[in-house]
Amino acid sequence: MRKTALITALLATGLITASPLASAAGTLVYCSEGSPAGFDPGQYTTGTDFDANSETIFNRLAEFEKGGTKAQPSLATSWDISEDGKTYTFHLREGVKFHTTDYFTPTRDFNADDVVFTFQRMLDKDLPFRKAYPTEFPYFTDMGLDANIAKVEKVDDKTVRFVLNEVDAAFVQNLAMNFAAIHSAEYADTLLKNGKAAEINQKPIGTGPFVFSRYQKDAVIRFKGNPNYWDPDKVKVDNLLFSINTDASVRIQKLKAGECDITLNPRPADLKSLQADSKLNVPTQPGYNLGYIAYNVTRPPFDKLEVRQALDMAINKDAIIDAVYQGAGQKAVNGMPPTQWSYDKGITDAPYDPAKARELLQKAGIKEGTEITLWAMPVQRPYNPNARLMAEMLQNDWSKVGIKARIVSYEWGEYIKRAHNGEHDAMLIGWTGDNGDPDNWLGTLYGCAAVDGNNFSKWCDKEYDDLVVAAKRTTDQAERTAFYEKAQAVLKREVPITPIAHSTVYQPMSKTVQGFQISPFGRNSFIGVGKD
Amino acid sequence: MLSFIARRLALLIPTFFGITLLTFALIRLIPGDPVEVMMGERRVDPELHAQAMERLGLNKPLYQQYFDYIGQLASGNLGESLRTRTSVWNEFTTLFPATLELAFGALIFAGTFGLLAGMIAALKRGSLFDHGVMGISLTGYSMPIFWWGLILIMLFSVNLGWTPVSGRLDLLYDVPPVTGFMLIDTLLSEEEGAFLDALRHLILPAIVLGTIPLAVIARMTRSAMLEVLREDYVRTARAKGLSPTRVVVVHALRNALIPVITVFGLQVGTLLAGAVLTETIFAWPGIGKWLIESIGARDYPVVQNGILLVACLVILVNFTVDILYGLINPRIRHQR
Repeated sequence: MRKTALITALLATGLITASPLASAAGTLVYCSEGSPAGFDPGQYTTGTDFDANSETIFNRLAEFEKGGTKAQPSLATSWDISEDGKTYTFHLREGVKFHTTDYFTPTRDFNADDVVFTFQRMLDKDLPFRKAYPTEFPYFTDMGLDANIAKVEKVDDKTVRFVLNEVDAAFVQNLAMNFAAIHSAEYADTLLKNGKAAEINQKPIGTGPFVFSRYQKDAVIRFKGNPNYWDPDKVKVDNLLFSINTDASVRIQKLKAGECDITLNPRPADLKSLQADSKLNVPTQPGYNLGYIAYNVTRPPFDKLEVRQALDMAINKDAIIDAVYQGAGQKAVNGMPPTQWSYDKGITDAPYDPAKARELLQKAGIKEGTEITLWAMPVQRPYNPNARLMAEMLQNDWSKVGIKARIVSYEWGEYIKRAHNGEHDAMLIGWTGDNGDPDNWLGTLYGCAAVDGNNFSKWCDKEYDDLVVAAKRTTDQAERTAFYEKAQAVLKREVPITPIAHSTVYQPMSKTVQGFQISPFGRNSFIGVGKD
Repeated sequence: MLSFIARRLALLIPTFFGITLLTFALIRLIPGDPVEVMMGERRVDPELHAQAMERLGLNKPLYQQYFDYIGQLASGNLGESLRTRTSVWNEFTTLFPATLELAFGALIFAGTFGLLAGMIAALKRGSLFDHGVMGISLTGYSMPIFWWGLILIMLFSVNLGWTPVSGRLDLLYDVPPVTGFMLIDTLLSEEEGAFLDALRHLILPAIVLGTIPLAVIARMTRSAMLEVLREDYVRTARAKGLSPTRVVVVHALRNALIPVITVFGLQVGTLLAGAVLTETIFAWPGIGKWLIESIGARDYPVVQNGILLVACLVILVNFTVDILYGLINPRIRHQR
């Protein structure tokens, strides 16, 4: 009996103790959405991984400006581009220190060897380190860098030269991406000598604003503020904790209960209660993403321009944005978001006009009741919170002009695989920008080279492709903008896709959090972020 | 008794092979391979894809992969996660204590309240209490875990602020993992208040996970108790003039417990299955969450061996229950 009383008393005292978190300044808690697979950024492709490894522990030669898409100096203080646009010479920052931890103490500062090692590891399958710890670098390959980088060489300790096979106007932007995080060659050597190369993925050493401390799988990642960071004003907290919570509702409850300071991806249904909470801020930004319909132009009836035009103008986009995005979306007109430089504001949508759509279909000889498949992805994506509902609304819109759409869905992996094979008539899909360059939209998604890849319309138009390729081979931004504006007009005229929406990004956080800016790429970066 | 154990053991071998074959086949029936799933809507470079599949050994014919897998198991190697590239055994042993701690908490909650409620309901058969308990237990049994968990969080964590929303320990306590059991590790650590904090974190998840077993145990105890109370020897005990407490505790309860023990054993399966959802809601870093995420990532070795380990555990518990049952009840032991 006495024991029960004791336990009750203990519980009671325990229950009324407030969370100690509330009192801890200098510690920032971020409620993240999942566990990182590892801490070697080059191996991975998802934001969950990059937030936990590249953004915290590492730096890149160039980095995206806070809250923007422009690459600016980081570990490289400047770079020169040769006349032919194929040679990039990077001048490296002096006095940058790699992290000192209980598993590694650096004996020298960051220099050209580290850059050469980082890129050689991704380029050269026979590098001893890569042989000891074999892995692929999917993002590096996906951006075409494995094929385009001919040579990476050390000029002197503070200078590195990249030689390219072809001009790539987005090259520096690509190097600012998370996968291009700079590793310590000295640390890699130590690991290799000790036969522990695999630890590069579990015990990371970088130059970034936060030092890796400990990862308790599926629960918490602990970082310490880097006391030796090369830009000391940017490290404003002593401890940064990632509290891993896969469920979106739970993340919101934790934020409200003061158990975390900042979180991400709230569900549209939670927005009202978040905005009403006096302790919270919910900044918002138009998403750097696009949800769209891809018409497979290799299959009838979508091989006919009139059919694509008709179905495009039969869609009630406003209704979709209200129902699917619950207001947290912005109507899309072009093949890329309006925040992307070179976006052509002069282009407009064809007006919603079911009657005219019907006429166009008749003109094209399409019979009433013609059946097509409309694919809807089975998962929620940043650019489309509810593909099933969107597909049902499209089905309804198109039935009004005499097209019967059958909604098809597969498991996500299978969906993409079959779509790459071109088994669909029309499909819902989308994209979130990678590197802030227009080519990452207009080339990657609609270019001829992508017909077997991300070009789900399988659309290859010579006029369009020439413009996009020319733009990529030019380094002058004004010239590139002119090419891209023309390309956007062709894209609008030929209707291989119907852009639907850019989803709005919300980032709920406590009012005590200072200096956080929403990243267009969806990254969660805590450099320069502090707490009152 | 020995031959009884031997017979039970012999049954384990085909069960074991059945599980390996089933998990191996089922995870591969889900479309998409690990490399494709990782790339999402991105382009999968065919060369990179081939290279990765070769490194992972997934380019071999299926039967070859299965034999490799069995060979690997035979040498006591559970392989490496495709996603995190750490050993499956290490991941399992890191995460399993969390699930075990949660399951124990749930079982203690369900056992204590289930036995008590079932017993009182049986003794006061037909009363308001009886109807109340049976009604509530039916509700408890039918309650979706996900919904129930969120309701409790909203009420006790957000509105009342009594318990934390999720996790095993407040993040400000930096307790190094020693045993993996947070209640023990916090006691071993120097951090003041950490143990109580760990206990506070366990309350809601244990209640949520324990609700279904609680309902089952309460109903089972009630019906077993009712049956026993009707037996001749209970009447005899009463006729001898024994005190009602002695009749219930010594004569009735002990016999009523036989079927209840079986139910306890069966609940281990329910608890491990329920843990998958409970762990997701409460961000409880256990094996349930681990398996769910691995299925999503097509992490074949984790799914195959994780399920195998869990299945072995369930088999082991059921086996122990069988033996215990045989010990308690000689009629089972001597069956041919």
